[in-house]
Amino acid sequence: MSDLAVTLRDLEKRFGDFVAVNRVSLDVKRGEIFGFLGPNGAGKSTTIRMLCGILQPTAGSGTVAGFDIVRQPEEIKKNIGYMSQKFSLYEDLTVEENIDFYSGIYRIPDAKKKDRKEWVIRMAGLTEHRASKTAILSGGWKQRLALGCAVLHEPPIIFLDEPTSGVDPISRRNFWDLIYHLAGGGVTVFVTTHYMDEAEYCDRLALIYRGELIALGTPAELKTRFMEEEIVEVRCSRPQDAMEIIEAIPGIGHAALFGRTLHVVAQRADESIPAIRESLAAGGFTVDGIERIVPSLEDVFVSLIEARDRETTPQQEFSR
Amino acid sequence: MLERLRCMLVKEIIQALRDPRMRFILFIIPAVQTVIFGYAVNTDVRNVKTAVYDQDNTPESRDLAARFQRSGYFLITERIGRESRVRELMDRGEVKAILRINRGFGAELGGGRTAPLQIILDGTDSNTAGIVLNYASRITARFNDELRGTQLPRSRGARVFAGGVQLQSRAWFNENLESSNYYVPAVIANIVLIITMLLSSMAVVREKEIGTMEQMIVTPISRSEFILGKTIPFVLIGFIDVAVITAVSKFWFQVPIRGSLLLLFGATALFLMSTLGFGLFISTISTTQQQAMMSSFFFIFPAMLLSGFAFPIENMPRVIQYFTYLNPLRYYLVIIRGIFLKGVGADILWPQMAGLLVLGSVILGFAVKRFRKTLA
Repeated sequence: MSDLAVTLRDLEKRFGDFVAVNRVSLDVKRGEIFGFLGPNGAGKSTTIRMLCGILQPTAGSGTVAGFDIVRQPEEIKKNIGYMSQKFSLYEDLTVEENIDFYSGIYRIPDAKKKDRKEWVIRMAGLTEHRASKTAILSGGWKQRLALGCAVLHEPPIIFLDEPTSGVDPISRRNFWDLIYHLAGGGVTVFVTTHYMDEAEYCDRLALIYRGELIALGTPAELKTRFMEEEIVEVRCSRPQDAMEIIEAIPGIGHAALFGRTLHVVAQRADESIPAIRESLAAGGFTVDGIERIVPSLEDVFVSLIEARDRETTPQQEFSR
Repeated sequence: MLERLRCMLVKEIIQALRDPRMRFILFIIPAVQTVIFGYAVNTDVRNVKTAVYDQDNTPESRDLAARFQRSGYFLITERIGRESRVRELMDRGEVKAILRINRGFGAELGGGRTAPLQIILDGTDSNTAGIVLNYASRITARFNDELRGTQLPRSRGARVFAGGVQLQSRAWFNENLESSNYYVPAVIANIVLIITMLLSSMAVVREKEIGTMEQMIVTPISRSEFILGKTIPFVLIGFIDVAVITAVSKFWFQVPIRGSLLLLFGATALFLMSTLGFGLFISTISTTQQQAMMSSFFFIFPAMLLSGFAFPIENMPRVIQYFTYLNPLRYYLVIIRGIFLKGVGADILWPQMAGLLVLGSVILGFAVKRFRKTLA
C-alpha cells in the first residue's frame, strides 16, 4: 500500500440531471486528518458515500486503502470505519449489546473481543451506563459510542460524515480529542463538517461547493494563498449602520458583522484603511480601531464561495 | 458467515421481544383473536326472532306455529293482531321472519285442499335469509308428511300415500356442522400472514428509517446474512403462533386435530416462504414503517377475501378464481382444514404443498433479488 490512504480521480455522481459531485480529484495521505468542508448540499456526504461503497459513482475512479471503489467495495468495507450524523446505533439495545453486535459483524477474534469492548466503553465514558438502553443516552454519549462501534475492528481509515451535528460544544471538543487520539495512532481520518472551528483542527482541508472542489490545502495555506482580497477589522460604534457607509467606499467588497466588530473585505487594505477612517468620522461614528487581520477560515470560505458565484451566475443566467 | 448470522439473530430477537407491548402483540393477540373468531365468526343460525300473525287461530294453525317454536331455530317473540304491525316490525328490524297464517287455514286443510302459508323474511342478509327459509321449508314439509299420514287417512278413510323418499343426511369431518370447527383453524393462516409479513417488512424498513441500514451496508456483512438474519426470527415467531393457536383451538374450542401436527408445521414453513417474501418485497418499496404498514394491508385484504377463508372460491367469478391461484393463503387454508378436520396427509395435500413451494420460491426469489438491487 502506498502512502496514500484515499485517492479520487475525476469522481462524479449524477442524480438524473443534477450533478451532486462534479469531477473531484484529491489525495489523502496516510495518518492525516482530512477535512471536507462545504455548505449543506455541497456534495460532501455523496462523496463519502461513494468512497464507502454505499453509492456507485457515475464516472471517475477512486481508491480507499489501495482498493478500487468500484470493483473492490467488499475489501474496502473490511478496512474502514464509517460513522454518519445519524449515529447508527440500535436504540432498543443496551450499550453492551450494541458493541457485541458490531464486534460480531466485524468478526473480531474472541481473544480480543473483551479488550475492544472495554476500550470502547472507557473511551465513550460509558462505564456506568454499560447496561443502559442506548435510547436514554445523551447526544454526546451516543456520538462517542457510535464512533467506538465504527472503529471496533481497528480500521486504518475512518470516514466521519458530519459526526458532530446536533451535539453540544463540550462534547464536540471531547470528540475531537478522540479523533486526535486515533490519528496519533496512525489512523487516517476523513471527516466532513460545516463547522469552521472544526475545520481548523484538520491537517488539510478540501473546500467543496455545488459539487466542485474549489480549494485544497492546509488551513494556513487556505487563509494566505487562496484569499485574493485582504480583511480589515473595524471596531466602531453602531457597527450595523457603519456597514452601509463602508460598503459604499470604492475598492471595498462587502462588510460582515463578527460579534461587535466588522470584517471588511478590501482589495488593498493599506488604501482602504484611511478611506474607512475618513468616512466613519464624517458620519459621526466613534472609531476604536481599524486594522488588517489574518482572515479566519470563515472569511476565506465566504470569499471563495462569493467569487465562485460571481463566476458562475452570469453563465447560468445566460444558459437559461 | 455463521458468526455474523448469529449476531443478527440475537439482535433481532432482542429487538422483537424486549418491548412488552411487542411480546403481547406476538403471542397474546393471536390467542385472543382465535377466541374472538371462535365465538364471533359464526354462521350458525339459531333463535331467529320471529313474529306470528295467526289470523286463523285454529288447532292446526297453532300446531304449526308451535312446531316452528320447538325446532329451536325460531324464537317467537310476538304474536301480531293487525296487518300494519307486519311492516312496522320488519322496518324496525325487531324480527327477522314473520309467519302469516291466513283465515281458513285449518278449514282448508280439513277439507283436503291446499292451504297457503306465508313466511316473510328480512332479506338484507341474504345468507341468513336463505338458511332460515330452508329451516322453514323443512318444518313445513314435516308438517305436511304427518298431516298426510294421520289426518287425511282419518278423514278420507283411506291411506293415500304409502311412503315417500326421506333424506338421511350425515356430514363428514364436521359432524355437527359447527362453524367454529371450520373457522378457528383457519385463523392460523390469517395470523401467520399478518404477523410475519407485516413485522418482517417493518423490521427491515425500521433500519432504513433510523439509518442503521446504511451502517450495515458499510460493514462487511453480506446481503444473504442480513436477509436471513431478518427473516429467521419471524419464522420462529410464526411457528410459535401456530402452536399457540392450535392449542387454543384444541383445548378451548375442542376443534378436532385428526392429522399430523408435523405436517402442519412443514406446510407452515412453505407458507412462510411466501409471507416473508412479500414482507421483504414490501420493505424494498417502502422507506418508512408507515408506508410498509399501508402496503402490507394492501396485500393482506385481497389475500384474505380471496382465500376461501369466509367466502367459497367456487362462488367467485371465473376470472377471480384463476386469480386466487396466486394467493398462498388459498393453498394453506386447504392444508390446515385438511389436517385439522379431515385428518388427511401429504398423499392428499401434496398439490397444495407444491403450490406453496412454487409460489414461495418465486416470491422469495424475486424479493431477494430486488432487495439486493435496492441496497447496491
